[in-house]
Amino acid sequence: MPDADVKQARNDLALVSAIRSGEESAMAELYDRYSGIVYAVALRVLGDTGTAEDVLQEVFMQLWRNPDLFDASRGNLAPWLAVIARNRAIDALRRRRPESNVDDLVISVEPDLVGDAERAIAMTKVRAVLGGMATAQRMALEMAYFEGMSHSEIAAKTGEALGTIKTRIRTGLLALRKAFER
Amino acid sequence: MNVHEQFAEDLSLYALGTLQGEERAALERHLQECSGCRREVELLRGDTALLALSTAGPRPPARARQRLMDAVAREPRRDVIPRRKPWWALVPSFVAAVMAALAAFFWMQSSRLQRDLASLEKRSAQQRTELQRAREIVATLTATDAMTVTLVATKTPPQPQGKVMYVKDRASLIFLASNMPMPPSQKAYELWLIPMQGAPMPAGMFKPDARGSAMVINPPLPVGMEAKAFAITIEPEAGSPTPTMPIVMMGTGA
Repeated sequence: MPDADVKQARNDLALVSAIRSGEESAMAELYDRYSGIVYAVALRVLGDTGTAEDVLQEVFMQLWRNPDLFDASRGNLAPWLAVIARNRAIDALRRRRPESNVDDLVISVEPDLVGDAERAIAMTKVRAVLGGMATAQRMALEMAYFEGMSHSEIAAKTGEALGTIKTRIRTGLLALRKAFER
Repeated sequence: MNVHEQFAEDLSLYALGTLQGEERAALERHLQECSGCRREVELLRGDTALLALSTAGPRPPARARQRLMDAVAREPRRDVIPRRKPWWALVPSFVAAVMAALAAFFWMQSSRLQRDLASLEKRSAQQRTELQRAREIVATLTATDAMTVTLVATKTPPQPQGKVMYVKDRASLIFLASNMPMPPSQKAYELWLIPMQGAPMPAGMFKPDARGSAMVINPPLPVGMEAKAFAITIEPEAGSPTPTMPIVMMGTGA
């Protein structure tokens, strides 16, 4: 890992630790670093800036209220925030009470996503993988992830068999992982 | 990755949060018991995080930041002021400090012992070498197959000869004899140390072998006893506290 990334990784941990002791400036710093990611995911799911702002607020307030939910030994902050943002946005989209269990949200990401540069590279790679997929597979994956549709809803909408949708989603996710395997 | 194939597709849906009903309940029961599938869920969530990170869009409006910071200011964290720790909370620190001190002490001891050990090993190696040389010398002296030759002036018939090497400070004595005639039956030769003062002291019994050779090595003698001469008499096999005349051989120090 390059030195710059080590520095930033330490800063993320130091900031979460500072939040634990109630430093508001640490919260502002983390917001400046990751609000773009959280907001982009929320907006992509919701398509509405007002509700996306609510999700943004909720995600960061959750970190402020309970920084211990993020276990630094089990993943980077960026993907953790992104997944929480997506889950909260889906809850908002479906107008349901928050039901995803943040306490147990363990995320294991192969690529190093600590630095801005690494995230930009990862983003380009993910888009390339999605672009290379068959349209039906990409659609199934995006409907499941960004619209929170179940496999039966996707099957009903596309007229395809349940098993086919399940397989498409699984192989789609594995294709993403494979692209980052060393 | 050890994933149960019958759950493979449901694991993806579970990681996406879209698995519902009985399928979800069944998978959660399985996840309680299967670390391989739990690990796969973590990896699949990581895959979905990549999807999330692939999104891009406008930055959030400035008011969103202000809104968050206002909310943060209204909601100070409860444990901002560090609570005073009870005395027993210090126990681990105290134990750690004691352990560190002990570790340092043992480390120093260990270093010293290692130095001592190295020195002892060196000395031991020297002693092994010396011992080996001594053994070789003794082995040659005591070997039954050693060729023993006494050189005398030409045309002189072989004469009984004895040679004593004596170091008084170590009370160490080696006696070698050659061309010795066999003593009478039930008799043996006895070597005597004749000190500067006082009575002769027994310095070992011996009988020559078939070739007339004999040897006495380190008989019991007091340390530091200065010898004026050495003598040989013929005595009963059990030895005698005083020499019985006549003296059959004798020699004085050079």
